[in-house]
Amino acid sequence: MEVTLQNLTKIFPSKNKKDPTEVVAVNDFTFTIPDGKLIGLLGPSGCGKSTTLYMLSGLQKPTSGRIFFGKDDVTELTPENRGVGLVFQNYALYPHMTVKQNILFPLQNLKGEDKLEKEEMLKRAYETAKLVQIDELMERKPSELSGGQQQRVAIARALVKMPRVLLLDEPLSNLDARLRLQTREEIKRIQRETKITTIFVTHDQEEAMSISDLIVVMKLGVIQQIDKPQAVYDNPVNLFVAKFLGTPPINVFNGKVLNNELYIGEEKVLKVENVADQEVIVGIRPEGFILDKNGPLSCNLSNVEVMGRDVSIVSTNPNSQNPIIRSIIDADNEIDHESEKVRFSLKPNKVFIFSKETEKRLF
Amino acid sequence: MVESKSSWKAWLYLSPALVLLLIFTVWPIINTVRMAFLENYSGLEAIGGRSFSIGIANFTKVISYKKFLDCLKTTVLLCVITVPVSSILALLIAVCLNSIKPLSRMLQTIFFLPYVTNSIAIGMVFAAMFNIIGNNIGSENEIITTAGIINNIIEFFGGHAVNWINAGSTYAANMTVMIIYIVWNALPFKILILLGGLQSINKQYYEAAKVDGTSRKRIFARITVPLLSPMIAYVVITGFIGGFKEYSSIVGVFGKTMGPAGADKRLNTMVGYIYDSLSLNRQGLASAAALILFAIILLVTLVNLYVSKKKVHY
Repeated sequence: MEVTLQNLTKIFPSKNKKDPTEVVAVNDFTFTIPDGKLIGLLGPSGCGKSTTLYMLSGLQKPTSGRIFFGKDDVTELTPENRGVGLVFQNYALYPHMTVKQNILFPLQNLKGEDKLEKEEMLKRAYETAKLVQIDELMERKPSELSGGQQQRVAIARALVKMPRVLLLDEPLSNLDARLRLQTREEIKRIQRETKITTIFVTHDQEEAMSISDLIVVMKLGVIQQIDKPQAVYDNPVNLFVAKFLGTPPINVFNGKVLNNELYIGEEKVLKVENVADQEVIVGIRPEGFILDKNGPLSCNLSNVEVMGRDVSIVSTNPNSQNPIIRSIIDADNEIDHESEKVRFSLKPNKVFIFSKETEKRLF
Repeated sequence: MVESKSSWKAWLYLSPALVLLLIFTVWPIINTVRMAFLENYSGLEAIGGRSFSIGIANFTKVISYKKFLDCLKTTVLLCVITVPVSSILALLIAVCLNSIKPLSRMLQTIFFLPYVTNSIAIGMVFAAMFNIIGNNIGSENEIITTAGIINNIIEFFGGHAVNWINAGSTYAANMTVMIIYIVWNALPFKILILLGGLQSINKQYYEAAKVDGTSRKRIFARITVPLLSPMIAYVVITGFIGGFKEYSSIVGVFGKTMGPAGADKRLNTMVGYIYDSLSLNRQGLASAAALILFAIILLVTLVNLYVSKKKVHY
């Protein structure tokens, strides 16, 4: 199901009488989510991603704007009439029901024409349980399950009524690191098998990058960028997006552009085109550094961390906005651990230049 | 953990409470058992130097008295009717209160008022409300025949005034008044407990149910009640325990006579019987009756716990 948001806005009125400023949680969102894709809404807390999800589910009403599922305008519809499945951050499994009863619950709610025979309900519950691989836990109570298993039950409960759109609120945040890796593969697999348009919310860029077909980067209720994960990483539209994506994070320097040359401090590091002379902010991805004895950028070496496959060089530079610069280079390079200085040349496609005033991408 | 060497300190700190408990709780319990098994025990006669043989005569006597059996009947009847009715009403009111946003604080206060009001005082108000004749006002011989508000309402809607609690009233009418009074008086505590339980239920269960298109009736039956079941069990169990000890409410409405004029003691309860026996200096009988009451409460509570073990989701 193709999902379209049209000028979607949500304003929360102020609860504090002394401070009547209202909060614009979601500000004029317009975008289309293609059918059968897995979409990640990514942003720091307070960016409006959960609000967007709840408006899609129907639990919250938009202040203005419209939501379409395919050609249907669902803006005014109640949650149950939208055909959405929602998985809550803490799963919200009914604690007094077994896994089977939990999964059956949405089916038992169906009325009128949609009403199912008992056998049909059981069949569908077992099919869904099998899909998420919990068919052997059907008689257990949620409290007897691990976090990952509870997550699967919650997904099964959302999927069993065959929703048009599946919504996941921070699906991995309550899981430990190992389960998180496993579960995100699982979500991807389930989404591929069911082909249900799935929208999930996360503040973890790695999570969003690894499984989404498309990510929507948000900040303070405003969409920053919508694109494929790799495209967002390779081509951030502004400093915020560049900083938000990537581990280790991007290195940020104060610099300036003069006569189509990029300077960091007094060092002429790169040739650039079509950028007017001005003070700029330079972002360099950790993998954008090349160890080069004659390289233009010199830094003070503070530490070398060996990670096997590659090496992480920790250095400092007076023009860096962060206390340290982290660059990742191939382990084949020989590094003189004792030396105080280290010199780099830069990969042009890993260097981004942003306007100092607007933080918009210039190059 | 406290080291054993310093455990005398723990005993020291506990001793004030322990001494009081021993004097005013433990010893009376032991003494009650002792007196119950001394045949025809009477405190006055014991001081006079009389000795009593050990036996179960007190128990056999008590359960053969029609008076006692009437008290038992009234008590059980009140319990069996008022506890379920007040629990269900309290549940419905609590659910309604929980779903109301404006004025919820004020409504909660109103529903809680009976709890902080003296039950004798409320009883007197009830007596006035259900009265068939109003108070004597004016000169001594002048009786103004204004019916109580309940009868006024009944007559307003074209019914006939009922003799609820005055001389010549029926047992059924008396019991109806008592049931209404006890239910009303029991509501606030139950509402308070259930409302607290409702507010601690995670809202996400309701949001999940909403997304799944659950009807309100089903949400109530399949989500609210099971999740609230520990509180419901608590309210029912304490309700039964309190119900078997019913006494002051009847004094409140009918006064010390425990019944309408001309039918003294008609609504006497187990606790009332125990008081009466004590005031007649028949401590042996009173103790036996107290132990029987204890046994009944214990049994009912065990049944309650057994049922709740199967039905309550902790």
